[in-house]
Amino acid sequence: MRLMQNTNIPFVGIRYWAYALSAILILAGVVGILVNGLTWSIDFTSGVAATVNLKAVDAKVAPLKIDELRTVLKSNGFPEAEIQRVGDFDKANFMIKIKSKSSTSDVSSETKGKILDIIQANFPEYVAGKDISRDVIAEIYEVGPKVGGELRAAAGLAVLVSLLLMIIYIWFRFELTFGLMAILALFHDVFIIVGIFSITGKEITVQIIAALLTIVGYSINDTIVIFDRIREDLKTYRKDPVAEVFNRAINRTMSRTLITAGTTLFTALALFFFGGSVLHDFAFAMCLGIFFGTYSSIFVASNLVIDLSQATHKEKSTIQHLTKRK
Amino acid sequence: MKKFSWRGLSIVIFICVTAFYLAPLAFPNLPEWWGKNKLKLGLDLRGGMQILLEVDTSELSDADARGAVDQNIKIIRERIDQFGVAEPSIQKLGDKRIMVQLPGVTNFEAAEKLIKQTAMLEFKLVAEAEDSKKVMELIDANITNNLALFPKLAELDKKDRKLLAPDSTKADSVKTESGVFSTLIRPGERDYEIQFDSIRMVQDLLADSLFKKAVPMGFQLAMEKADAQTAKADRRLVVLHSNVELSGSDLAKAKVDFGSSTSTDPRIANKPYISIEMKRDGAKKFEKVTGDNMNRRLAIVLDGIVYSDPNINDKISGGRAQITGSFTTSEATELAIVLNTGNLVAPIKPISTSIIGATLGTDSVRSGSTAGLIGLIAVVLFMLIYYKLSGFIADFVLVFNVGFILAILTAFGATLTLPGIAGIILTIGMAVDANVLIFERVREELDLGKTPRSAVDSGYKRAVVTVWDANLTTLIAAAVLYQFGSGPIRGFAVTLAIGIVGSMFCAIVFVRSILETFVITGTSKKLSI
Repeated sequence: MRLMQNTNIPFVGIRYWAYALSAILILAGVVGILVNGLTWSIDFTSGVAATVNLKAVDAKVAPLKIDELRTVLKSNGFPEAEIQRVGDFDKANFMIKIKSKSSTSDVSSETKGKILDIIQANFPEYVAGKDISRDVIAEIYEVGPKVGGELRAAAGLAVLVSLLLMIIYIWFRFELTFGLMAILALFHDVFIIVGIFSITGKEITVQIIAALLTIVGYSINDTIVIFDRIREDLKTYRKDPVAEVFNRAINRTMSRTLITAGTTLFTALALFFFGGSVLHDFAFAMCLGIFFGTYSSIFVASNLVIDLSQATHKEKSTIQHLTKRK
Repeated sequence: MKKFSWRGLSIVIFICVTAFYLAPLAFPNLPEWWGKNKLKLGLDLRGGMQILLEVDTSELSDADARGAVDQNIKIIRERIDQFGVAEPSIQKLGDKRIMVQLPGVTNFEAAEKLIKQTAMLEFKLVAEAEDSKKVMELIDANITNNLALFPKLAELDKKDRKLLAPDSTKADSVKTESGVFSTLIRPGERDYEIQFDSIRMVQDLLADSLFKKAVPMGFQLAMEKADAQTAKADRRLVVLHSNVELSGSDLAKAKVDFGSSTSTDPRIANKPYISIEMKRDGAKKFEKVTGDNMNRRLAIVLDGIVYSDPNINDKISGGRAQITGSFTTSEATELAIVLNTGNLVAPIKPISTSIIGATLGTDSVRSGSTAGLIGLIAVVLFMLIYYKLSGFIADFVLVFNVGFILAILTAFGATLTLPGIAGIILTIGMAVDANVLIFERVREELDLGKTPRSAVDSGYKRAVVTVWDANLTTLIAAAVLYQFGSGPIRGFAVTLAIGIVGSMFCAIVFVRSILETFVITGTSKKLSI
């Protein structure tokens, strides 16, 4: 069985369509970020996030409504609490989030205790017969403002450092134009995913940052496979026009690109559907990343190299530089 | 006999390492030296608690500050050991942070309190009634003269004056009977009483350093300890001589005892209390204090709160005493631990806390393994269908690769976290990439009409460069992630990195060896790929 054998899709020819599509996606992301902003998780903003299980042991008790919980927390000194359901309706897991209002004001370390007290006092029928620390608390995170701020800086730095290191690597292994354009394609991937998170209102958590970095690694992997083939083919087909060599290289690596994207997407989808609530958003980001990473490797990165080297009239020296080395 | 090959040796080592470290998971009754290397689950999978603490060294000199953090770590470790937590981890992070991980802890409130708790134990004499009265008068006078320093009291004072003089213009000149501080308290049966609704205000005042200056030299005020029943009742305020007769450093040992139900002392009957034993010098001091101050009261003060203030009826020798104070059993246990381990050298503050319930952890392990299994089956089936026999070989090796990741995690004593599981699952998808690259290349070579052997040779030769390039960049991303992250994210980075290294080895060495040894033997004309 073979996929994509001897294809000759004019990837280079249709590149402006691809650029247009990317521009639209990025623009949508920018608008999303400008309008909605980004929702940073309490890892970054500091505050308390508590997930509690309020499924009554007694089957006769009606399931707790999210509004009841909200009202009770509001009247007990937490009007700013955000509450949402986590996982299946039947499981009755609620996440209560209380973010620090400013970077200096501290959510006191008693907050989590207070929330639990309020729940115990107001919803005795839902905690009856359960051990608070064993059965009710699913997880609680409490982050002080200092840590939150540091983490945000660290996350941004991590993404930037990894991109920079990759430019250097590709510069060293290939050539600067290739390095720069590969990174541009990576920015493109990261930007689109962050945009989608902004539009859908999903939170940027530490795990999402990890997913973004993994996507960066994955997408560059794809891009390099194509670059590698371009380099090799430039040596083999010295007489052909550059655009043709590029197009041939993309086509000949197509099957590999799609197969790897496919197997990785299988596993990311398995995580998304079966990996449980904690990994849900992480898996979502990974699925998006694999999709857009593959797209940008095929349609954006190498095409940008063509355009930039033409625009800067460095086409010849770029090719010489690449083919000169062993 | 075939000639020796490095490739063969490396495969043997690869398999042995994997088998060695995975065996403890499969066979529970291995000898101890072998079985102890078992893969550890992270907090997010077992449930437990993690606290990041910051040590406040602002009041210490640089040299002391350095020692203080280490000293604190030692004390925290001792406390946790006495509390009884299996496999706690206490690490220093940076200059003045301490990361405490307590897997499997369910009583997280008690654990947090125990770690943070300070216990400044002091024995102080209670002031005689007339002294107390004078002290109160002096405090009132001092406060009236410096009312501007105590905005809350000033406000209260203003309100009082308004009540006395309805005409607000004259309010300031109205003479109140006593100072504003003593309006908050009233003489009680013994000492003074604070009305329930003023407790908070007095508490704040007692902690205020300006107020401390208003108290005459040689004296101090302290409230009595409240328990669950008395928390909403009026509270006693005691005037103490500030001279410390005995302190925590005179203590040799503290332990929890339980009062018998027949005891005549209501503070002890059927309740836990702490019995303390003093060191030799402490016992001598105690003997002297009790001998010199017969019929006065000696207060046992912990962190500025009076736990009890029994009357001294006799000279007490032997250096034994009891701290009573309506403890709950767990309170008493924790306090005894803190008294035994000594005080923290510098105050600590938790700056972030994570608590993961055991149920969520178990759920995560279950759903993570389900997702992993489904992903693995999907990938394995695909490779089998698409690359046939070669795909089967890649699948066979892939299973080893997953085992290898778990084995190396075990070998380094790393923990498996939930993001780590995600990393393994993603690695399954990515691990076949190197094989795909190579197989696709071999197919191209076969299309050119090469024999299987030369197609595999040249296919590998060309694809390996790409495999290196592509995987090194992913490795860079993993390294950055490791640097940036903490805890679970590091777990993810580590599994990703091990997965990359393992999959490169598998594709370049392992699969190729199998192909060359078993599949393209002799002059076979076809290759199932």
